[in-house]
Amino acid sequence: MLTILFDGVAYGMLLFVLAIGLSVTLGLMNFINLAHGAFAMAGGYVTVLLMRHYGVPFLLCVPIAFVVTAAMGAVLERILYRAMYDKPALDQVLFSIGLAFIAVTIVDYSIGSSEQIIQLPQWLRGRTELVFGDHVLAMGHYRLLIIAVCIALTFVLQYILTRTRFGSRLRAAVDDQRVADGLGINVNVIFLSTFAVGSGLAGVGGALGSEVLGLDPTFPFKFMIYFLIVVAIGGTSSLSGPLLASLILGIADVTGKYYMPKLGSFIVYAVMIVILLWRPEGLFVKRGAR
Amino acid sequence: MKKRHFLRTALSVLALAATGVHAPQVLAAEKPFKVGLIVPMTGAFASTGRQLYSAVQAFTKEHGDTVAGRKVQVILKDDGGIAANSRKLAQELIVNDKVDVIAGFGLTPITLAVAPIATESKTPMVLMAAQTQANTEASPFMVRSSGTITQVTSGIAQWAVDNGIKTAVTLVPDYAPGYESEEAFKKYFLASGGKILDEIRVPMRNPDFAPFLQRVRDVKPDALFVMLPSGPGAALLKQYGQRGLAEAGIKLIGHGAITDDDNLNEAGDAALGVITSDYYATSHDSELNRKFIDLYKSVDSTSRPNFFGVAGYDGMRLIYEALKATDGKGEGMALVDAMKTLSFESPRGPVRVDPESRDFVQNIYMRKVEKVGDEYQNVEFDVIENVNAAGEKK
Amino acid sequence: MTTITVQDVLHRRARLRPWEPLLWLAPFLVVAAFPGTSFLINQMAIMAVFAISLDLVLGYTGIMSLGHAAFFGMGAFAAGLFAKFVMPEPIVGLLFAMGVGGLTAFLCSFTILRGSELTVVMVTLGVSLILLEIGNYMTWLTGGADGLQGIMMGPVLGVFPFTFDGVTAAYYSLAILLVFLFICRRIVGSPFGNSLRAIRDNRLRAAAIGIDTHRRIVMGYTLAGAVAAAAGAVQTHSMSFVSLEAFSFEKSADVLLMVVIGGTGWLYGGVMGAVVFSGLHHVLSDLTPQYWTFWVGLFLVILMRVGRDRLIRPWTWFKTGGSHD
Repeated sequence: MLTILFDGVAYGMLLFVLAIGLSVTLGLMNFINLAHGAFAMAGGYVTVLLMRHYGVPFLLCVPIAFVVTAAMGAVLERILYRAMYDKPALDQVLFSIGLAFIAVTIVDYSIGSSEQIIQLPQWLRGRTELVFGDHVLAMGHYRLLIIAVCIALTFVLQYILTRTRFGSRLRAAVDDQRVADGLGINVNVIFLSTFAVGSGLAGVGGALGSEVLGLDPTFPFKFMIYFLIVVAIGGTSSLSGPLLASLILGIADVTGKYYMPKLGSFIVYAVMIVILLWRPEGLFVKRGAR
Repeated sequence: MKKRHFLRTALSVLALAATGVHAPQVLAAEKPFKVGLIVPMTGAFASTGRQLYSAVQAFTKEHGDTVAGRKVQVILKDDGGIAANSRKLAQELIVNDKVDVIAGFGLTPITLAVAPIATESKTPMVLMAAQTQANTEASPFMVRSSGTITQVTSGIAQWAVDNGIKTAVTLVPDYAPGYESEEAFKKYFLASGGKILDEIRVPMRNPDFAPFLQRVRDVKPDALFVMLPSGPGAALLKQYGQRGLAEAGIKLIGHGAITDDDNLNEAGDAALGVITSDYYATSHDSELNRKFIDLYKSVDSTSRPNFFGVAGYDGMRLIYEALKATDGKGEGMALVDAMKTLSFESPRGPVRVDPESRDFVQNIYMRKVEKVGDEYQNVEFDVIENVNAAGEKK
Repeated sequence: MTTITVQDVLHRRARLRPWEPLLWLAPFLVVAAFPGTSFLINQMAIMAVFAISLDLVLGYTGIMSLGHAAFFGMGAFAAGLFAKFVMPEPIVGLLFAMGVGGLTAFLCSFTILRGSELTVVMVTLGVSLILLEIGNYMTWLTGGADGLQGIMMGPVLGVFPFTFDGVTAAYYSLAILLVFLFICRRIVGSPFGNSLRAIRDNRLRAAAIGIDTHRRIVMGYTLAGAVAAAAGAVQTHSMSFVSLEAFSFEKSADVLLMVVIGGTGWLYGGVMGAVVFSGLHHVLSDLTPQYWTFWVGLFLVILMRVGRDRLIRPWTWFKTGGSHD
């Protein structure tokens, strides 16, 4: 039971890192980016390729994945996304779906459609067991790593948002873009860097997740629904919202599969619909937010 | 404004309709023999399609494209692994392209959807992949060149019983081949006095095996029997290792699909020591097999043939031999009847078509994953000879 | 001078143009002349009906649905089960399927009334995925991954049997398409249809002038669900087969593309989009079986970048700026 909880938390934290970029992008630019999963996939494939062909150690691959996908995000934001901000939601959705299609087929064409497998370093493959009376808590080292990295990232993000100039400018732009612009905040730069960081985080999530979630060209669409659920439930105006939403989702999914394997993903969708019906604006909405 | 739209609509309808029109064929001296190959070249099962297509190409490269005076033409169609597409493609191939044989079929749902079409149009159907036993009953025109799940599972189930495994948990995917594999394993295992502690069915699109494997660990059987298609199979192998199931004394045994030769090198160390049964291993020690592997690699250098590859190769062999046996005139049931009489040496070992089930009677090998030189191989260490589609020794 | 009322304007817009029946006759002639096209035309007709139903929701009511396949699937399975267990006659089965689809849409409509755009997208997507999972779970009913086997269709109206070459199916689906095209034209031209447009353009304002927005949306959505179910039923009838792909996200995405390509907010747009999309798919699948999705993706990116409404006005492709709608 405890182990399942642990696994659920790990899964949830992974979802958080994957989805937070999407949440911020949506909150900031009001842009529904369904291609977010493609950035995650890119991070995963960068890791696989580096490890397999250049023997780069796994731990190094993760920050490299961040940098590469952030760069990709920055470039795409500038040349493609920026023109789409004022377009209606339908156009944005279809545009991002189109991007995702392109990404998926490019990967399929160049690397192939089979699932990519990475070999973790030996020290990440073990597990530690703690016994509390009747209950055993078995913590896989890899999942411990995921939780550790994600917690660290959360603190970093929180710090940036609340303690830095950039963070306050970002929050200003999220609250009211026009006024922020009027105050002399360079909204374009904020958009660019936020998008880049969001994509970079997705890349990190993809790199970390390829071991646990499986990596193949269908990744963006397989997990898109999970990211969207996190954002829809957690809202787009805070960090804690998506964090809690991811944790709920991760734990629900893993526990559901343990106790009722036949129902599988059904539980996740049902939870989502129930929550959205109860609170259509998401669980954690600031007063007056969009 | 509306008129422009009308014109455009009308023109586009006509233009697109014209794409369906085929120019009348120049009559050749002998009508070409057309094979409609329907396989998943895209989508989740693309690796199956590519194996089949590469193997078919390897065969025609080796044996040429003229048989008994007729030119053989293979028409490739991608169904994306979706049954509705395959059905439509089969109908189009038969009605519009007038193919003489339809072949391929990567999955059971696809096979079942296309079977009635084969029957209604009296077209021979060579099933090269989908392994659910009941498939061949769906049409009297169907002959299979791969193997059945029951056939393959009987091997490992028997091995389990012979090697002191008393309790087991089964883990299969939540679709027909999964159920069949679970059935087959249970049949042999329970009949010999074993006990099944839990039967886990994993949802098809499943990212994470953690909860399921945790369940297995909590139940503590002697062995975990797994049947999964190769992609998820490799993921399971890794997580099995990480979750410490081997240390807990739970042996991992399975249907050959989990150590699919196509993917085995990627699974790497996690797969070492896993024992499975199947009708073909790339490591099979025969001259014919080595030739086949070289031929396959000359068509597709990025992979090596697996159990689907050899089935594609042998499937073409069935077609060619049947055509030869009927002097190039075979069609419909006559061709199928000719196939039912065939037996030959395949890269996998000796095979014989069982006229009743229209499946191969073949050897099932017990294999263990070992590192041989640079590659990981399923090394055969035992064989059960002449197993038929129902898993019985004939 | 006679006074022209609002009603006159609306009626004029909705009236049948003289060339329309000719247009409707064209595909029948194509099938008659080139029977090899029957499979493709059948496919186009089915997707056209589906596209019309999505357009009712998206183009006319302004609700962005990423899960419209939910109703297509419900109709497809209802028709299949009806044919298998109750009566193999297709028209009766079609009506049954429409009832099932309409009921499903009715129940689901309450989930889309509130919430932001994102919420609506999520909920519609979620509903279709849940139905997919439920279908997957109830294998005894749906056949699961194998699909529903053993459907034997009876002759249409007891007279026209479904032939192997697909010609009857093509005529059948074309006829259904025409019926719905006609009916939907009347509906969107009616005051009800116009009130939906008002809701699409500005829901708050529509409510302010006294339109019961919730009720209208529910009605519109239910209607669209019934039409989508009809499309699903026709697919099942044409193929004597149905499987869970009828609920898939790909199906929802495909029909969304068709409506967008053809242009939202006018029924022929859905039809055109279905024709163009299916036709392109047919041609490109043969040329590049593996990379159809690449071209679709590229097309989407370019189209959205350039501006959706510019597609049907090719003279604006090379003009910069100025063409606002």
